[in-house]
This record gives sequence, C-alpha cells and structure tokens, in this order.
Amino acid sequence: MSSTALIEAIVDGVLTGGVYALMAAGLTLIFGVMDIINIAQGVMVILGAYLSYELEVHAGIGLLPGLLITVPVMFALGVAIEFCFMRRVRDRDRTQMSILVTYAVAIIIEGVLVAVFGVDYQQLSASYVNSSLHIFGFYLAYIYLIGFGLALALLAGLYYGLYRTKFGRAVRASLQNRTAADLIGIDVNRVRMLSVGVGVAVTAVGGMVFGATNSFNPNSGYDLISRLLAIVILGGMGSIGGAMAAAILLLVINDVVAVAWSPTWAPLVFFAALVVILSFRPQGLFGRTAVRAQ
Amino acid sequence: MGVIRKYAVAGIAVTTMTLLAACGSSSSSKSSSSGGGGSGSSSAKSPVTIGASLSLSGDFAADGQAFQRGYQLWAADQNAKGGLLGHKVKLDIISDSSSASQVVSNYQKLIGSNKDGLVFGPFSTLLTVPSARIAARYGYAFVEGAGAGPAVFGQGLKNVFSVQIPVKNGLMNFAQWVAALPAAQRPKTAAYATVDDPFTQPQIPVAQKILQAAGVKTVLSKVFPAEVTDFTPIASQVASTHADLVILGSVDVPTVSAFTHAFVQQHYEPKGFLATAGPDQGAQFVKAVGAGNENGIFVPGPWFGGVQKADSLAMVKEYIAKYGGTASDVNADVAEAYAVGQVMAQAVQATHSLDNQKITAYLHSGTTLDSVLGPVKFDSLGENTAGKTLTFQWQKDKLVQALPAGAPGVHPPVYPKPAWKG
Repeated sequence: MSSTALIEAIVDGVLTGGVYALMAAGLTLIFGVMDIINIAQGVMVILGAYLSYELEVHAGIGLLPGLLITVPVMFALGVAIEFCFMRRVRDRDRTQMSILVTYAVAIIIEGVLVAVFGVDYQQLSASYVNSSLHIFGFYLAYIYLIGFGLALALLAGLYYGLYRTKFGRAVRASLQNRTAADLIGIDVNRVRMLSVGVGVAVTAVGGMVFGATNSFNPNSGYDLISRLLAIVILGGMGSIGGAMAAAILLLVINDVVAVAWSPTWAPLVFFAALVVILSFRPQGLFGRTAVRAQ
Repeated sequence: MGVIRKYAVAGIAVTTMTLLAACGSSSSSKSSSSGGGGSGSSSAKSPVTIGASLSLSGDFAADGQAFQRGYQLWAADQNAKGGLLGHKVKLDIISDSSSASQVVSNYQKLIGSNKDGLVFGPFSTLLTVPSARIAARYGYAFVEGAGAGPAVFGQGLKNVFSVQIPVKNGLMNFAQWVAALPAAQRPKTAAYATVDDPFTQPQIPVAQKILQAAGVKTVLSKVFPAEVTDFTPIASQVASTHADLVILGSVDVPTVSAFTHAFVQQHYEPKGFLATAGPDQGAQFVKAVGAGNENGIFVPGPWFGGVQKADSLAMVKEYIAKYGGTASDVNADVAEAYAVGQVMAQAVQATHSLDNQKITAYLHSGTTLDSVLGPVKFDSLGENTAGKTLTFQWQKDKLVQALPAGAPGVHPPVYPKPAWKG
C-alpha cells in the first residue's frame, strides 16, 4: 500500500469519524444524564434525515438553513419521548428496561416513516454534496468537512453547556443523586426532559449529514446502531469528548484496515479494537467517574 | 389530573401495541382458505392460497415490496381470467425483515400452520437458499424469481425452479462486448469491488476472466462485507487506481450511490461503470446518485420496462395505472415476481392439478414455458436455461437495453460514459 493511500484512508477516517460522532452525541448525552441506552438513536438519525429531505424537496429550504427548523422539531420530539416513555421507567432497573422501551420507540418511528415515505431510497442533495476541496493532492468532500466542522462546534457547545453552566451542574447533580438534587431545589424531571430534548435535537444535525452522504430509507437505522453503541462505549458512556475521540479512532482503524488489508476484515478489526481497548480501560477512553467529576 | 394522565398513558400504550402488532404481522390479504396442498378437484371453487415470504422491511425492503407488487399484479390478472382451475387466487404474504432465520420460520408457518396450497419464493439468493430447503421438506414446488445464485442450485434440491437466468452468467455478454471492442477503444485496466453476497460474487470472476483474456489488466479486486455502512475508503481506493472500467458487485441502491458520489467527489471519471444491481431501480436510483449522474451506467438484468412483448407491455400498463410513474420506474423485481406466477399457472393448467408433486414433475419435464421475462425452461437443477442475459444502460435519462447488440430496439452502448454532472 502506498503512503498516499494510507494518508487518504486516515483523512477519510477522521472526517467520517466526525460524522459518526455527530450521530453518537445524542446517544452518549442521554445515557450520561439518564442512564438510558437509546436503541432508537439509529432510527432518530434517519428521522432527522427525512425532516431535512421534506424541507428540501417540499419547501425548497437548503440543508444547513433547514437545521434551524429540524433541530427544534427534534428537540420537541425528544421532550415528548422522555415524557411519554422514558419517565415511566423505574429508577431501579432503568438501564435494562430502557433498552426495551427505546426499541419500541424505534419500531414506532420506523413504522410511521414507512407509512409516510415508503421504503424507496432517498438522498439529500445540495451543491456542496458532490463538490470537494483539492488540497495537497487529495480531494476532501465539502460535505464531510462541513460534517466535521458541525461535529466540533456542536460537541464543544454540548461540553460547555454540560460542564461549564449552571444548567449543566443541575444536570450532573440530578444524575449523581436525584434525592439530593431534589432537596436543593432542582426540578429533576424538567432537567431530564430538557436533556433528552437536547440529545435528540443534536441527532437532527447528524441525520442531515448522514442523509447527504448516504442513501437511506426507514430501515437504514439498524445498520448504524451497533457502530454508534461501540463508539459511545469506547468513548466512555456519557462522555461527549470521548464520543468524538472514539469515533475518529475506530473509523481510522476501520478505513486503514479496509484499504491496507481487506474491507472484509475492517468490521472485525473495528470491534476487536473495541474489545482490546476495553480490556485495558473498562470505563472507556473517558470513563464515567472522570466524566461526571469534570 | 391523575385520571387524565392515566388515560393518556393508556392511550399511548394502546397506540404502541397497535403499531407493534402492525409492524410484526402479516402485510397482506391472508386468506381463510388454503387449498390444502391440494388437488385440482377441491370442492365448490374454494380459493387457493399461495404463500410467500417477502422482505417488506430491512435491507431488501425496496426489492421485497416490488416483488409484492409483482405477485399482486399477477394474482389480480389470474383472477380476472378465472383463477387457477376455477379457484380464485389468494395471496398470503408475510414479511421476513430481510432475515435468513425469519424466512425459515415464515415458510414453516405458511406451509405447516397456514396450510397454504402453493408457495412462491422470497427475494434474494441469500433468503432463497434456506427457504427452498423448507419447501423441499414439505414436498412443495418452489418457483422463485430472485434466487439464481449457485448456492441455490448447489443444494441438490429437486423442487426449486428459478425463472431468472443463473446469475453467474449475468455479466457475460457485457464482458464479451468489452473484450470485442477495438484495441484502441478497449479499456486497459479494470477495478472490481463486490459485496460479499451469493448474488454478486459469482458474477465477478466470470467477467474478470473474459476481460483479462482480452488484455484488460486487473488493478484492484476487493470484496467487502454486506454490513458495511461507510463505503468511502473502498470507493476512494477504486478511484485512486484510475481504472478505465469499474465493475461493482452491488445488491442495492445505497452501495452504487455511495460509490458514485465518492467518484464525483474524487473527480474520477471511469470510461465504463457497471453495477450488478441498483441502477435497475428507476427513479429512486436517479434521485440517489443525482440527476444526470446515472447516464452511462450499465446494469445487467433479465428485463426492463421497455420490453416489447405483449404480456410485459400489459403488465407495465397495469403497474403504471395502479402505482403511477413511467415504464422506467418499473423495476425487474416486479417482472420476476409476475413471471413466477405465470410459470406456476401454466404448470397448474398443464397438469390440471394443484398437487405439488405433479407440478414439480411437470416443471422438470423440459417443457418451454412463457413469461414476461421471455421463455423459461428448467434443467434438472431448476436453472432457467432458456432465458437470455441482457445488459441495460442509462442513456439520456432513460434506462435502455444496450446488449446484446443488434437486437430490435436495442440502443448501441455509449462508451466512454458521459462525464459526471456533479
């Protein structure tokens, strides 16, 4: 393998990793705040893509301006899902039960998408989707650069909101000890509802970028969820920065193996890397203790 | 407030359960009567139920739903002609979610529990392999339209009949046409990338062998797993070879779309680009790759909407009347499914029976049957030996037949392909 191909694979891995981090951010945020594993994350990414598609095709609103609408819509959906489903799960077995509850949510969303859009594949289009930047002999697709930029900006915003604001302190206090948070005047239910809203809202951005880089139909979410979970677990469940680091690390490994060795081995090495790293750092790259203490 | 909340929660629960039930249950006109595995002498014109498992969700959902339309169009036409031996046809279609384990359960249910009199095949070689074994166990004739990979015929089953031509020959006439191009025009290099699937993989070595013998050097040959969600590294590697010809072993639109977008982004203009499946999906393929980028792309197949054959034209007309669109939007899955019904109807008519053993024996008799796909004749393995390999190409925003050259209505292949529209 030439050094050019290796560099190209690494660059592809970094840029694609940014897109995956964007899609995984909501998953890790919701787990970090509520101990809920959101199996519906993959389908929510697809829902975000469909919302962008609707705005683009029927209202003529571009992908980036469309986020001004899709993000609030997805925020409202997240709030509704928390109120209708997640809140009903008892604290004692919240994590285990959340898998079943969010799977049901995934099936409902998928069923609605099939009923509304059918199963034909769609893809988002914009002038920058097929354009690329020619630099140092490489062509870097603008859509991946935009996705990476959005990932950095949003994840930085989430990090700031969670660890450097009063609301963020309330969120983490609710997580560490719900009773104590109640006693000091924090409305824990409200904090959790808003957190899920933010987690789902971020997914709208991931969905837009996914829809611009992949053809999708309502069933496409299932291919995503295993990878998103791997990223979140490796990053340290609940860690925003960890999701970014893990996504980039795993996608670079995946892409280098696909190019240097064989695409057949890439998924195996992807998950083997996860197992190896977790055997040395069971808490992930940015483990829970460290995450909540920041 | 407490009461309101209780009712709200109950309402949500009911809605959830309803939707879950809807997602998991039968999708179509399940009948109350079976036909009983039966005989042609079933009494009082009771309907005959034909069971099929189709991928109405999951990876093959688009193809599965097209197959469902094909089966339904055939059933409606057959019923308009009086059904099978006077028995109205009822379809019992259940979804397998594109899962090889679910398809097994489904055929056990259709035959063992539902007692459907006849069965039709599912979508894809992948799902036909295990389901044909179930049908064989119960002694059912298994006529199918989307399982023509060697894995289907290598099982030694005597009940499976594929109306498709064997997929290993799918790229033969394209490869032979490329090999016959004048030396100055012939591609010098070719890159092959294929998904690890029993439909695509057998096609590639046949084409590669013909092209290598003609001096077309292989510069890349890669197999990638079906679970891949990010095609960027593989597509970039293909682009970096600057191969004159790209042959992509694909099973769906997203794979071809991902490669096409990567090629456009990399400013890579192959002179020839063929994908084994995806470009045959009409409007949704064009939308996925971006209008204009489809032009010049080849796809092999048994059929397309422009076939000038009376039953095919009638089927296309009915399809458009029912579902809208144009002839280009009717993909080959619809015709393959329709042909399955046609072949079964001819076997039932010829044997004057709904008995699966008699139907199986008849289909093995070497009789040439007719279908929207053209002639159908089965060998001892159930392969269709009478069908012809066709190759189609998108030209000026339409999918047209490009090979074999010289046949009536065939448009000469465009090579090199037009530049990407961007």
